[in-house]
Amino acid sequence: MALRRRGRVQSYPDVPVDLWVTCRKCGTMHYRPEFEAALRVCPSCNYHDRLDAAERISLLLDDPGAFQEIDADITAADPLQFRRPSGSYVERVAKARALTSRNEAIVCGVGPLQGRQIALGVMEFGFIAGSMGSATGEKITRLFEHALHHRLPVVTVTASGGARQDEGLFALMQMARTTAAAARLGEAGLPHICVMADPTLAGVTASFAAVADIIVGEPGATIRFAGSRVVQGTLRRRAPVEDHTAEWVLQQGMLDLVIPRRELRETLSRVIGHLAPAEAPAPSALQVAASATRA
Amino acid sequence: MLEFERDLDELREHIAELERDASADPNSQVARELAVLQLELAARTADIFAHLTPWQRVQLARHAQRPHTQDYLDRLCPDFTELHGDRRFADDPALVAGLATFENRSVIVIGHQKGRTTSENVHRNFGMAHPEGYRKALRLFDMAERFGRPILTFLDTPGASPTLDDEKRGQSWAIAENMARLARLRVPVIVTVIGEGGSGGALALGVGDRVLMLEHAIYSVASPEAAAAIIWRDSDHAEEAAAALRLTAPDLLRAGLIDRIVPEPEGGAHRDFDTAAANLRAELAPLLKELCTQDGDDLVNARYAKFRAMGEHLHAPAV
Repeated sequence: MALRRRGRVQSYPDVPVDLWVTCRKCGTMHYRPEFEAALRVCPSCNYHDRLDAAERISLLLDDPGAFQEIDADITAADPLQFRRPSGSYVERVAKARALTSRNEAIVCGVGPLQGRQIALGVMEFGFIAGSMGSATGEKITRLFEHALHHRLPVVTVTASGGARQDEGLFALMQMARTTAAAARLGEAGLPHICVMADPTLAGVTASFAAVADIIVGEPGATIRFAGSRVVQGTLRRRAPVEDHTAEWVLQQGMLDLVIPRRELRETLSRVIGHLAPAEAPAPSALQVAASATRA
Repeated sequence: MLEFERDLDELREHIAELERDASADPNSQVARELAVLQLELAARTADIFAHLTPWQRVQLARHAQRPHTQDYLDRLCPDFTELHGDRRFADDPALVAGLATFENRSVIVIGHQKGRTTSENVHRNFGMAHPEGYRKALRLFDMAERFGRPILTFLDTPGASPTLDDEKRGQSWAIAENMARLARLRVPVIVTVIGEGGSGGALALGVGDRVLMLEHAIYSVASPEAAAAIIWRDSDHAEEAAAALRLTAPDLLRAGLIDRIVPEPEGGAHRDFDTAAANLRAELAPLLKELCTQDGDDLVNARYAKFRAMGEHLHAPAV
C-alpha cells in the first residue's frame, strides 16, 4: 500500500508543497490550503481524510503543547524473524520509523480536552498501516493501565489494518491483551470512548475498539471485520464491493454516533462529562486544566 | 488422505491383507513377515511424524477425519446436554455449547464444530461461527459465572465467518465482547486448541487460565491462506505462510503463548479418537482440579497477568 507523505512537509522548507490534493474517496481535486482549513474533509463527498497522529492530537486537545507523551520509546521486536518477499520485518519497522518519526503505530499520552485531563491513544496509520503488533499492544495496554491508575477517562482513535501478520500469534494475542485492559478499566467505572477513523479493520475493530463504552465513527471511514483480501483468501471468492462505511455500520447498530470532524472535540468532551467520575481530578490534572483554559 | 500418509496407508493395507492370511495359520512364514511389516510401519510413522513440516501439521489439523468437539464430548462428557441459541437472533451450529459432567464436576463446555461430510460442513459452516454463535457462547459464559461452574473451550475453526451478513450483525463486536468477558470471569477457564486455531474467531473462545494445544493442532493470527493473501497477495503461497507464521504447537510452547501440548496417538488424532480423548482427559483433569481450588479474584488477576505478558517489544530513543 502506498503511503502518502503529508503533514511532514513543514520539516522540509525547501521542498515545494503540492498545492492540490485529490480526495481518496471521490477523486475530486481540492486546493490544499482550503482542504486543510476544512480539517481535511472533502467538500464534495464529505469523506474525512486520514490524519496523522500529530494532526489528530492538535485537533482534539485544548493545547497540543500540553500533551505529555508516554512510552514513546517502545518499539517493535521481531519475535518470529519474519521476512516477506518484499523484505524483512526489521526493515519494514525501520522504514516506518523513518517515515513517521514514531517508534510504533500508536501515540499515547495525557492532555487536556476542554479542561479535563484525558488519556489519549491515537493510532498512526502511516506506521505499517497502523497494524497492531506486540509493542503496539503494550502501549495500548499501558495507556489503559495509566488511566486506571490516575483515574482518567480514555479516548482512543483507531486507524489500522488489523493485527500485524509479521508477529504471528504474538500479534493475535494483542487483541486479548488490550481488550482485557479495556475491560478492567470499565470495571473501575472509567469511560473509554473510541473514535473509529478510516480505516478500522479486523484485529483492531474486533478488540479494544469494539468494547468501548461509546464508539464514534468518522464520516466515510471504512469499518469492518474482514478485509477484502482475507475474504478472498478464506472463502475463495471475491469480496462483496459494499463499502462498509461508518454510516452503514451505524445503521447496523454497531456505532453510537457518526459526527463531523468539526464537532468531534465538543462531542467527546460532552459525553466524557456525562460518564467520567465526579470526584476532583488529581492536582497535576488541575494544573494542566488551568493552564489550558485559555484555549 | 494426506499426501505424506499415502505410503503408510499402503503399508497398512498390506498388513491388513497379511493379517487375514495369518489368522488361518499363526505359525506360517506370513506371520513372521507380518511382524516385520508392523515394525516397519511403526518406524516409518514415527519417522514421518518426528519431522512434520508446518504445512503437514496444517493438513493434519484440518484432516477431515480428525476428531472434532463433538467427538471429544462423546468420550469425555457422556451426559453432555447441548444448549442452543443466543436468545437474540438464531442458533449457530458452527459452535456447540452446553452443560456436562467432566471428572465428577458440572462444567460448561463450548467449542467450534466442524463437519466431516460436505453436507455436514455446509450445516456447520466449516466451523466458522457467526456473531450469534459467539453470543451463544457469551450467554453461557455468564451462566458459568452466575452458577460458579468452570468452563472448558475447544478451538477448531478456520476463522470467524467473514461474510457481509456477519458484518451486519457485528462480528467484530461479538468477538471483542467475548474476550472482554472471558478476561474478567471469576470461574476457571481452560482452553484447548484441538484442530485449527484460526485468528480472532478462535481467540473469541481463547482467553483462559490455561491454554493447551493438541500436538498437531495449529494456532495462528490468520489462516495460512489469509496470511498469504495479505502478505503475498495470493493465497497460493499458503505453504510458505504456514512456515513463516510459526503456528505449530512446539513453536508456540517455546514462545510462551501456550501452556501445554497434549500428545496425539501415533499417526495423529484421526487414527485413534479414543486415545486422543484419553490423552486430553489426562491433561485437563488435574488442571481443572487445581484451578477449581482457586479464589475468583486470584483467577482474574492471574489471567490478566498471563495475557499481559504476551508480547515482545524493545526500547529505542524517541525518533
